[in-house]
Parts: sequence; C-alpha cells; structure tokens
Amino acid sequence: MAEIEATTGGTLALALPFIAAALAPILKRIFGAYAGWILALAPAAAFALLFSFLPTIASGGVVSFGYDWIPAFDVRFSFRIDGLASTFALLITGIGTLIVLYSGGYLAGHRDQGRFFSFILMFMGAMLGLVLADDLMTLFVYWELTSITSFLLIGFDHEREKARRGAIQALAITGGGGLALLAGFILIREVAGLNSMSEILAAGDALRDSQYYLPIFVLVLCGAFTKSAQMPFHVWLPNAMEAPTPVSAYLHSATMVKAGIYLLLRTQPALGDTALWTTVLPLFGAVTLVMGALLAVRATDIKITLAYTTVSSLGLLVMLIGVSTEYALIAAVLYLIAHSLFKGGLFMVAGSVDHGAHTREIGKLGGLAKHMPITFAAALLCALSMGGITPFVGFLAKEEIYHALEHGDAYHVALMAAAILGNALMFAAAFIVALKPFVGKLPETIHHPHEGSPTIWLGPLVLGVLGLLGALFYETYHQLFSVPMASAAVGAPVEIDISWVPHLNLAFALSLATIVLGIVIYLASNAIRTATSRVLSAIGWGPDHGFDQAMRGLLRFSFFVTSRLQSGRLDYYMTVTVMVIAAGLFAPMILGGALPAEPSMPTLYFYEWIVLALILVGILAVVIAKNRLTAIVSLGIQGFSIALLFILLGAPDLSFTQFMVETLSVVILALVMTRLKLSPADHRPMRETLPDAALALAGGAGLGLFLLSIVQRPFDPVLSDFFERYSYPIAHGHNIVNVIIVDFRGVDTMGELAVVMAAGLAILALIRIRAGGKTDVQPDPMETTP
Amino acid sequence: METALCLVVGCLFTVALYLLLSKHIIRMLLGVVLLGNGVNLLIFTAGRVSSIAPPLVPAGAETPLTDVANPLPQALILTAIVISFSFFAFLLVLAYRAYQDLGTDDTDQMRVAEPEDDGPPPLGY
Repeated sequence: MAEIEATTGGTLALALPFIAAALAPILKRIFGAYAGWILALAPAAAFALLFSFLPTIASGGVVSFGYDWIPAFDVRFSFRIDGLASTFALLITGIGTLIVLYSGGYLAGHRDQGRFFSFILMFMGAMLGLVLADDLMTLFVYWELTSITSFLLIGFDHEREKARRGAIQALAITGGGGLALLAGFILIREVAGLNSMSEILAAGDALRDSQYYLPIFVLVLCGAFTKSAQMPFHVWLPNAMEAPTPVSAYLHSATMVKAGIYLLLRTQPALGDTALWTTVLPLFGAVTLVMGALLAVRATDIKITLAYTTVSSLGLLVMLIGVSTEYALIAAVLYLIAHSLFKGGLFMVAGSVDHGAHTREIGKLGGLAKHMPITFAAALLCALSMGGITPFVGFLAKEEIYHALEHGDAYHVALMAAAILGNALMFAAAFIVALKPFVGKLPETIHHPHEGSPTIWLGPLVLGVLGLLGALFYETYHQLFSVPMASAAVGAPVEIDISWVPHLNLAFALSLATIVLGIVIYLASNAIRTATSRVLSAIGWGPDHGFDQAMRGLLRFSFFVTSRLQSGRLDYYMTVTVMVIAAGLFAPMILGGALPAEPSMPTLYFYEWIVLALILVGILAVVIAKNRLTAIVSLGIQGFSIALLFILLGAPDLSFTQFMVETLSVVILALVMTRLKLSPADHRPMRETLPDAALALAGGAGLGLFLLSIVQRPFDPVLSDFFERYSYPIAHGHNIVNVIIVDFRGVDTMGELAVVMAAGLAILALIRIRAGGKTDVQPDPMETTP
Repeated sequence: METALCLVVGCLFTVALYLLLSKHIIRMLLGVVLLGNGVNLLIFTAGRVSSIAPPLVPAGAETPLTDVANPLPQALILTAIVISFSFFAFLLVLAYRAYQDLGTDDTDQMRVAEPEDDGPPPLGY
C-alpha cells in the first residue's frame, strides 16, 4: 500500500475554505451579487486538489501530512486521506461548491449575506478537517468546530426565537455529545496509548480486548449518535430547519450529520463486530429508521419532511454499520454517497419551491411543474434516486442493502422488515416533496410562481444528474469512490460489482415490494398523517418538549443556586468570608499538627506592658463605645499606642508615619461622622451579636495562633542581612529602611504612589459627581454651611 | 515580646472582624482601620523583635555596628500604612456619598446593585 506525503496540497485544501471565510464579507461588499461565484472558487479548488489524490487512493494508497502540535503530549496536527476520508472530502467540497453558488442566489440581497458566506465556508473547513484528521485531538477540535459553526448557521436569522431555540438545542446536544467523544478519545489515549486513527486501525483487536471497551464504546457512541441524530437525540435536526435552506441542504443532510456515521465507519474495524456493537447499533438504527420515516410522512412542511427522512436515513446507516458484515458496510457506503447526492438536491429543490411559491406547506402547493420546469426535473431525478429506482445510485444502494440482510437469521429478518418499511415510507416522502408540489392544480394562494436564477436550479440539477451518471457508469463510480471507501470501512480490500441492471433475485423482488408499498403509502399519506398526529397528541410528550423542560429546569436550578450564594446581603458575604478564613487557618493547624507550643509568660518592661495595655483598652473601647465620637477617640488611642510601640521597638520611621496617618484618620472620620445623622451605637440584639462575636473570635484567634507558630520557628535573616550589608556600599544611605523604600524597592514605591494618587482622584470624582447626579434623598443642612 | 505581640494581633483581628461583620458601614470602616493596624503588627512580629536599635548605619561605617531591628518588615509596613490610609479615605468618601444618595448606612437597605426581588429568570430562548 503506497503512502505518500502531500503537505503543501493537503494543507492548502484544508486552509482554502477558512481563507475564503475570512475574505467573504469584503468580497461581498466589493463584488455584490457575483461574490458567490468568486467564493465558490475556494471549495472548487479544494475539490480539485483532493481529486488529484484520487488515483493514489483508488489504487489502495494513503495520503498523509501533518505538523507537530503539542509534542509533550504526543498531540499532532496530522491528517490522513484514505478511501473513506477521500470520498467524504470530495462530497464536502463538491456539494460545498454548489451550495456556495446556491446561497449566492438564494440569499441574494440579504443584509447579512457576507456573514452567511463566512459561516458556511468556516463550516466547510471544519468538516473537511474532521474527515481528514488522523490525530484524535485534531479530530475532536474539528468535530466541535462543526458544532459551533452549525450553531451560528442555524441561528443565522437570530431575530426569530425559533431560530435561536434551534441553534441552542443543536449546540447543547451535539456539543454535549462532542464532550463525551473527547472523554472517549482521552480514554483511548490513556488506556491503550493510541493517539491517532491510523494507530487505532493498526492496533487490531487492542481496543476490543481492552477492559475499558464498554466505556470507550459508550462514549464514542454518544458522540456519533448525537451528531447523527439517532433517537432520542434526533430532536435537534428538525428544529435545525430554522436555518436558511442552503444550510439544511449542506449541513443537515449531506455533510455534518454524517460526521457520526463517518466516526462509526472509521472506528468500525477497531471497535466493531462485537456482540455489543451488533446489538446496540442496529437497535437504535432500526428504531430511528422507522420512527423518522413515519414522522416524515406526517410533516406538512416539505423541509421538515426532508429533515425527518434524513433522520430516517441516518438510522438506516447506523443499522447497516451495526450489522458489521462486509455486505452491510458496502451497502452503508453506497447509501451514504447516494443519500448525500439526492438529499442535498431535494433540500435545494425545497428551497427553490419556497423561493418561487413563497410557501413550503404541502397542502398549499401544487401545479408548479409548468412554471418551474427545471426545478421539477431536478426534483424528479433526486426523488427517483431516493426511491431506489434504477438506473440511479439509490437503486444500487437499496439492492445492496437487501443483499446484505437476506442471508441472515431471525434478527436480520426483523432488520430487513424495518428496512423495507422505512424505505417504503421514504419512497413516499420523496414523492410527496418532489411530485405533489408540481402536479395538480395551481392554488390561488400562489401568485406568480417563477423559476429562480441559474445558481438556484444548478445545484439540484447537477446533484440529480450525478445520481444518474453514477449508476450508469457504475464501474468507474465503484472504482473511484465506493470501493476505496468500503475497503477503509471494512478494513480490508473489497469488491463491489452491483450494477444498475436489475437481476431477478430476492433483492430485486424486495425492491419491487418496497416500491409498491411506497406507492400505497404515497396515496394514503393523508390518512397516515392524521393517524400519526393522533397518536403523537395522545402521548403528549416528546424529547423536544423534554429538552424545553430540561432547559427550564437548568435555569431554575441556577437561579436557585445563585440566589442562595449571591443573596445581595453584605453581612452574609462577610460572614461566609470570615468563616472561610477561620476554617482555612484552623484546619491545617489542627489536621497537620502545626499548633504552636504553649508559650512562656513574656518578660517585658513595665512601660512595654503599659503600651500594650493601652492598645487593648483602645480597641475594646471602640467596640463597646455607646457614642460615635467616643468610638473615634478610642480608635485614635489604639493608633497612637501602636505608634508608641513602634518607637519602643526600634522603628522610628513607622512611628512618625503612624502618628500622622492616625491623626488624619481620626480628624476626617470625625468630620464625616458628624455630618451623618445616624444612630450612634450598634443596635443589634444579643442573638445577632453573639454569633458574630464568636465568629470574629475564631478568626482573630486563628490569626494570632498562626502568627505564634510562625515566630516559634527559626528565623531566616538572609534578606535582612543583605539589606543591612549593602544599603550603604551600594545605595549610599544610612537609613536602611529608607534605602529599601526608595532604592531597593523603588518600583514598588512608585506603585504605591500610583495607588495613593488613584485613590485621591477617585475621591475627587466621588465628591464632584454630585453636580450631575440626582438630588439628595435627604438634603443635608450641614452642606450649606461652609 | 513576640508572644505578647501575637496576643495583641489576635485581639486586633478579632475586633476588626467583629466590626466588619456589622451591618453599619461606619462600624465597618472602624473595622477596616483596625484591620490595617492588625496586619501591620502581624508583619512586624513575623520579622521578629530581636533588637530595639533603629536600623541605621552610623556615619563612617559600612554596615550597622551593633545588632539592629529588622529593616525589611519596617519598609513593607511603611508602604502598607500609606496604602491602607488611602484605602480608608476612599471607603469613607464612598460611604459618605452612599449615605447622601440612599439616606442610610445600613447594608441591608443598600440594594441598588443587587435588588431584593429580582424575580425568576426569563425562561425563553
């Protein structure tokens, strides 16, 4: 197997959509209506680059390139293009080119068209990175990028509440699944030491035999199922239809929702073919298939119908991947390509119908064939492929599906039944969308139906024709796309020989049965719609409603928590703060056994005793003072006593500063206090003061003990010695304290000055702000006296 | 001496915290002043009280001739005193202005930033 490196080409293909996204708003402004044509060059160029790798890949080779990202954790920014990645990448860039053109026409004249281009090209870059990524972390980053860009695109019309809801729902569900996927990847990295997809595939049974297989399986599945809208996570997909139609056609049918399918196909050789895999996947897939198809027939909006058929198709794909046999995987691959072509096309048709007739309600549409002939042709081409009629790629896929399931036991027979029912329902849905709006009588509510600009019908027509050509030239189609892709998914080279020429066998008989059943359902669609609606309204609850309930519950819960923690009461905050301080001080001291030893009685001179006693008397008087002025004077007493203490302990500089500051404090405090007409004392009842006092005592005692345990340890004088030794020789100052302040720590002092200045300015501003502010609640008589 | 200072520091912090737990801004302000003094004394004590000679280098000498008091905490405290004074002055004016506009110094009634009845959150999207 040839493995070639293509750093330049690969990097360019990956970067092109992002470059175009950055330029989109400017190009829109310069070129106006033609911006779409210019921007479409970026995905077209990426398509051409990726197409140039096709010969290598079709012959079983692999193209890889990458850069070191976080070498310490073995995380690389690396990419690897094999058959699976290549076909996906070509679908993304190919359909992407058509979608950019289509958006140019569909959103022509829209105020935010430049932004729209930017978002959709960003998404394209993310999706391309996702399918090409080799390193697990790189893949995850791109995975989440698709969720985010999808959020932006669904919420594009953000002034409508439904669009916002759809966007948030999609982000919550797919983003949540992405986090599960991240956990799964980390688990794979940690327990198996596998950092990239190529390592995982090369490791053979390593993950299947791991004792962590179950958690890895569940986490990866959470990522895949949320992204690929499996029941019950499917709810976000119909709601994502709030996005403009190009987005629905591109993200929510052809590409992004296939990311989960991609992941399952990619990991199938390493995680698949276990009892768990072959049970869980088909089960979820089959339920999604049938329920999605039923809901599709029930919907009255053709876009919603298509959304549910997408859910249903994704279910079919998951079911097939779950069966895990070679035939089933080939069927999945064929169906995946076919689905991207016909569903992307049908969505664009739905957009064209909406654009031409200004409604998407199936009951209000009819007789458009005469007025929109090209769109009708495109719609029929896509619908025939979706219905599985030869010679279209959809036919190849359906034949292969029935082939894959026909050889099995009772379990496979049940899955076969689900496949037939689902396919028949989807057949009906396809023609509800592609036929009903175009035939019959034109309702009077539709005025001047018209064909859109060439960009609008080009996309669906090209996709429809491709669906036909793929089947007619099936040998080239298999050689370039389905065989390399299926080989990568199976993990070994496969052969595909299914052709558009029907053979008379069981699969063909089942195909015919499906078509007949589909026609019956199409004719009876109104009755089925009523019946399904009745059942659903009888149940009265669904996952969509559940999402609302969960979101409201989350809001109420966070409101409850916030209102408890952020009560808005300052004393509550203070109480909590002091509690934490006390606990933080005592807990390590008691648990760590670091309580200070019992100190001996200090021996002090009598004047030292007096000063210390003065401090204590002062602070005690501050608390118990009945009168405000007494409290201020007491505050002065303790301040001056501390200044005295500093003088006694060899700190004259401190003493002077303390004297000055304390004097100023007392004076301005007294000035301000006399201006306030407040009750002089603290009127709190005993039951409030006692807990406060106890708490304060705990905090104070904690700090005191903490300090005591510090001073009982040996002192490290290295810094003080340095300053004493060098203050004269280096800084030429006799006063060591001053030298430290203005010299050794000069910058620090400058910061201090800045603080003082800022405080001064703030004070000035506070006083001046009066003039512009509102008038006083209580005019202060003192204010008038100078 | 250090043991006695630890006791004083503990008392200063106890009273400062008690005043800060009050509902009245003015009492909290007194607490802030005491808290500042407590912190200063804490830094001072943590630097030990080895000598009571001021940290000066005599004229003609390169280094202090005798054992002197630790200069480092003194320098730190000098900065701290000034900053805590600016802080206190700012708080005082803030409290004064709040009183002028709201007519109270009771923190329970100062609910402009966090109103009492905020109501339930909006439940839409």
